[in-house]
Amino acid sequence: MSNMNAQAEGKPADWVPAGDKQKIVSAEEMFFKLPRETHFITGSEAARESIRRANVDIAISYPITPQSETMQQAGYLYDEGYIKEYYRGEEEIGVMSAISGASRAGVRCLTATAGPGLMRGMEAISSWPGARVPLVLMDMCRVINTPLAIQPDNIEMSFLINTGILLLHAENQQDFYDYPLAAFMVSEEVDVTLPAVVSVDGFFVTHARGQVSMTPEEYKLPPRDGWRAAIPAMDNENPPARLSRDAPIQKSNFISYHMHSSWQQEVFAAVERSAKYFRKYLNGLVEVVNPGAEDFIIASGAAASQAREAVRQEGEKGRKVGLVKIKSIRPFPHAELVEAVKDAKRILIPEFNQAGWMHKEVCATLYGRCKAIISAGPRVYGGMTMPTEMILEWLEKTRKDNP
Amino acid sequence: MSVKRYNVRMAGIGGQGVVTASHIISNGVVISGGHSSLVPFFGSEKRNAPVESYVRISSDVIYEIGEIIFPNVIMIFHPSVITLGKSYTMPFYTGLKKDGIIIINSRTPIPFSKDEQKEMDDMEAKLYYLPATEIANDVAKTELATNMAMCGAIAAVFGMPDLGSLAASVKDRFIGKGIVVSGGTAALDSAIEKKFAKKQKLLEANMKTLEASYKYMMDKGWAHPDAKFVALTKEQHAAAGVA
Repeated sequence: MSNMNAQAEGKPADWVPAGDKQKIVSAEEMFFKLPRETHFITGSEAARESIRRANVDIAISYPITPQSETMQQAGYLYDEGYIKEYYRGEEEIGVMSAISGASRAGVRCLTATAGPGLMRGMEAISSWPGARVPLVLMDMCRVINTPLAIQPDNIEMSFLINTGILLLHAENQQDFYDYPLAAFMVSEEVDVTLPAVVSVDGFFVTHARGQVSMTPEEYKLPPRDGWRAAIPAMDNENPPARLSRDAPIQKSNFISYHMHSSWQQEVFAAVERSAKYFRKYLNGLVEVVNPGAEDFIIASGAAASQAREAVRQEGEKGRKVGLVKIKSIRPFPHAELVEAVKDAKRILIPEFNQAGWMHKEVCATLYGRCKAIISAGPRVYGGMTMPTEMILEWLEKTRKDNP
Repeated sequence: MSVKRYNVRMAGIGGQGVVTASHIISNGVVISGGHSSLVPFFGSEKRNAPVESYVRISSDVIYEIGEIIFPNVIMIFHPSVITLGKSYTMPFYTGLKKDGIIIINSRTPIPFSKDEQKEMDDMEAKLYYLPATEIANDVAKTELATNMAMCGAIAAVFGMPDLGSLAASVKDRFIGKGIVVSGGTAALDSAIEKKFAKKQKLLEANMKTLEASYKYMMDKGWAHPDAKFVALTKEQHAAAGVA
């Protein structure tokens, strides 16, 4: 927020944006070295604290229910001076187009939405990777189909998987603090230069409280260097000349078809190149509990939490069940997954959606590389939760059916 | 020490502060050194609409999230949850685990159908009738403190959190910045504040209501053996912002 704007908004003449008082630290220092303090807060508050430390230049929101309070919280950060610019768009297509334009100008960009809004903005969202615009979208998954519900159901993630967008799936409030910070850093790497979505199963995390270990608020990430990118930021000194000189890529002739194709291949190659950075910042693309077990659960997001409790309860009964928590959906952790379940006999894939996109991803990876029986479930959707009892029943049945 | 684990489903109607109560209990458990998580469940935020909130409480780590389908404790904040079916979960005891506890805010027992009574008997459910609204009216002079009475009661039933931690949690709720509230809840807070003129008075009334319902549960013999009624000291009241 410029001081002139600040005064127009009723701040005193000597007001200094809180973000200007923060000290810049490297990503390594922010993620691994700074001390941390634990707070008991909601997922939306965790998102706010993440944004506070992310050195965001502009946030654009369309704060309709069921997005949750996250962008409302981002509005408070603007008021305090942690975000330089903030405004509400007319609706999601407008927001998703505008944030793309902001990123082309070379600044760090944030927006957020939920299932229905994500689908409305999808035309613009799916154009982001090809435009190579680094930015972060926080996605609080909500039901998008009828009958209506405002609870989580992560089917919208299946629409993002093949766009060329980097896609992380946060399990809980802690992940929803950590993952956006990592997403900003990786998204802006020169050999990546892609948008990133951090999905979380909304409501169960955004409206719920959990323990979040956080760095002190007086530190923030380094700013985006707009010139460090696979394609240069828009030349704002001479916009008309620049725009007319570099025509957008369109299928106007034979050459452009090839160009479009090779451009798309490069986008997906960039997704794979991002893996090395996410491995560093997220401490690996997967977390493995009880390696070497015969029974494994493979899950992401809220399903990982429910699976974790099932693993705990099985442990109380003296049975060892493994868990592979998948943190990154794009890039997908192919090598890690094959290695983690190499000795497994039975695999369950619980999901909070009807389509079973995680099951398909896992099968595509493990086909021919694993001897385990892979069960497509349990699955819940339409906004309901998955009781641990359901996973335990599936485990029991799978053991019985496949001794 | 054995691990305590409770899965609680709170059901009430819009405006009663069910979600607020779940935050207060949950935060109180964490303040007292335990583990807790919660998730609210509501449709449109309006008076009299069904509201549920799910609270997990444990002396050990909690992994599960989401709604609680199989609770071992059910708290009914308003009789119309049962009598008018103002509930997302029907009948209200669905999913209750064997030997579970149901606390109902009502001075008198609610007449159940034969089938309902049989189902609860088969599950060996314990039914506790707590006159939470009466306690709130008597002690805080407003039924808006009904949720405080429910908080005090459940703390006694679990033996956690202790009253001091619960008081600290109430202070967090009304003075701290710890909890995000929706526009509707913020407006309600403002109405409550006006009614009491001062936040201090509001806090004091809340503290007394917590104590009264905690004690009620102890007197009835419904409290956990670990529950100890230690009246809040002047220092605790002062720490909570009460003059």
